[in-house]
Amino acid sequence: MFRKAAITHANSQPVETDEENLWQDKKIEAERGLVNGELSIFFRRYVPWALLFVGLVVIPSFYYLGLITIGTVNMLGRYMAFAIVAVGLDLIWGYTGILSLCQAFFFALGGYAMGMYLAHHGGPEGIIDANNWKIPACLYVVYPYKVGEIPGDALVPWFWKPFYTLPITLVLGLLIPGIAALAIGYFGFKSRVRGVYFAILTQAITVAGWLVFCMNNMKLCGTNGLTRFDRIAGFKLTTPHVKVSLYVITLLALVGVYALCKQVVKSRLGRILIAIRDDETTLRFSGYKPYIYKLFAFGLAGMIAGLGGMLYAPQMGIFTPTNMEAGASILVVIWVAVGGRGALSGAILGTLGVNLLYNFFTSEKNLLLFTWRAEYWQFILGGLFIGVVLLFPGGLIDLWHRLVGKAK
Amino acid sequence: MNKAQRIAEYKEYSPRDSRFTEERYLLFLEDITAVFDGFKALDIEALGIEYNELRVIIGPNGAGKTTLCDVVSGKTRPTTGSVFFDGGDITQQTEAEIALRGIGRKFQTPTVFDSLTTYENMELALPGHYRLWSNLFGSTTKAQREQIMHILERVGLTDALHREAKYLSHGQRQWLAISTLILSDPKLLLVDEPAAGLTDAETALTAELLLELKDDHTLIVIEHDMDFVRQLDSFVTVLNEGVIMAEGMMHEVQKNEEVIEAYLGR
Repeated sequence: MFRKAAITHANSQPVETDEENLWQDKKIEAERGLVNGELSIFFRRYVPWALLFVGLVVIPSFYYLGLITIGTVNMLGRYMAFAIVAVGLDLIWGYTGILSLCQAFFFALGGYAMGMYLAHHGGPEGIIDANNWKIPACLYVVYPYKVGEIPGDALVPWFWKPFYTLPITLVLGLLIPGIAALAIGYFGFKSRVRGVYFAILTQAITVAGWLVFCMNNMKLCGTNGLTRFDRIAGFKLTTPHVKVSLYVITLLALVGVYALCKQVVKSRLGRILIAIRDDETTLRFSGYKPYIYKLFAFGLAGMIAGLGGMLYAPQMGIFTPTNMEAGASILVVIWVAVGGRGALSGAILGTLGVNLLYNFFTSEKNLLLFTWRAEYWQFILGGLFIGVVLLFPGGLIDLWHRLVGKAK
Repeated sequence: MNKAQRIAEYKEYSPRDSRFTEERYLLFLEDITAVFDGFKALDIEALGIEYNELRVIIGPNGAGKTTLCDVVSGKTRPTTGSVFFDGGDITQQTEAEIALRGIGRKFQTPTVFDSLTTYENMELALPGHYRLWSNLFGSTTKAQREQIMHILERVGLTDALHREAKYLSHGQRQWLAISTLILSDPKLLLVDEPAAGLTDAETALTAELLLELKDDHTLIVIEHDMDFVRQLDSFVTVLNEGVIMAEGMMHEVQKNEEVIEAYLGR
């Protein structure tokens, strides 16, 4: 009895070996090697919390104090929904090295799921069909009948029906983009489509998807998109409190997505993703099957984009096929590139930064010599992208890291 | 042993006879040809590597040495013939399946993952972590960490432990590539030009490492550097234009007229 206890005690003591000591020494050494060591650790520890405090407390209280309008809060909420998509793209592009040009498609799949839910509970103009389902106003316009006519064959399509309840909508809004991403990824990665070819493939899928969603006879409301939103879970979307709540929910979702992706990239799986970016062939000879990891990252990025779409739709109040145009996907790429790929916080920084610039430069301004027009924004966006690629390949976050030091 | 004797001996056993592969040879290539655009890069009637053998494959440029490695590791499918490894036919298997069966490979240029640190590179080479979930939730145990540190100490890479691999020197990268290979503990190591671009002292250490490994691994070393091959002092196979030209110990092969003419040129 005694002996057994003694043995257990002996085993529980950590055995100090040379290798273990060496490992600990090197770890401390690496931490000391940071540029501006102390300062860097301070910044890295407190800046994210400070930003979260600003987002969660300062901005809503500014609104309630009357310093900013509800429109600004709503706008920030929408940009954060974009930032969610960008974090997903950073996982697949920045870490895994796969340029995906269909993030906007996944975003729109989530957005349409939520949009259909909102349309079901939308404005009062709906028409009751033969099966006692209310045809949402935006859906009725794609039927070739005059308003007021109630013909027997204008029915709510079967695929609209699951989106009547919020919980099912939330699940489907994640699952549909996720499954779409897995399907695209499975065929692409399994047959080893790589680099620019994969980018072209995904762009083609986005354009095809956009064309399908634009068709009236697909019963997805055509180019008009989903409109006449009114209530979410019983709350009126137009009330300021609901808008602030949606903003807070989006911010929390962004934090959650960031934490999830951070956990992924910090795990050994994250290192495998980086290894795929560096040299996929070698990884294959080490016994790993890269396509499984690529599928995981791509599927996860797709679901994240869907989540972004679901949060965007109620805040925007309308969801149209414009949100899934080829250009929209490229915008996501620009946000991540400007922010700095391969750093999740860079994706958020880039998205918010570029969109705030967009917001600033797309309003007409009377300058001394000429009038600034909204169309000129395209030049700034293009210039920004070229400038980042040529001058700061690491993006904004790289400048920040150079300032305060980067931890390994 | 001359060519006729060798083939006679090879043919005495049939590779499909389990006694043959399991008891004597870890790897056996039978009637392997690899044809690219009508060009026959490889034409090997029979080649067997015994357990715990260190086999050196030499040959002039374009002799098919790397193609041989490609065929064994699954990068290239042979046009005809079969590859038997550890009692099974691996001819139609993928790179990852072959790697899991126990063939590890170091490429001609040292392939390490540039954006990962030395330590992270080693972590990825730890055997038995090929599943998605174990990589998402698993962490490196203390014993594995000690094993990593032990190997890195041997090759003097502990000072570069947390340095990204892109900042390592060429020699360090070679050793990191070899270290990851050792750590993954394969049954057969395919080492393609381990001494390329190394200084004399580094070459000597590499030879020492490979000879140490011979105790409990089987190795195929492909090399150009004759001094290095002499240091290994092992059984040599000479390839020329895809065909096995001679086999024997280095000092025997060096005397072979054909080999001198095709390759050594002295």
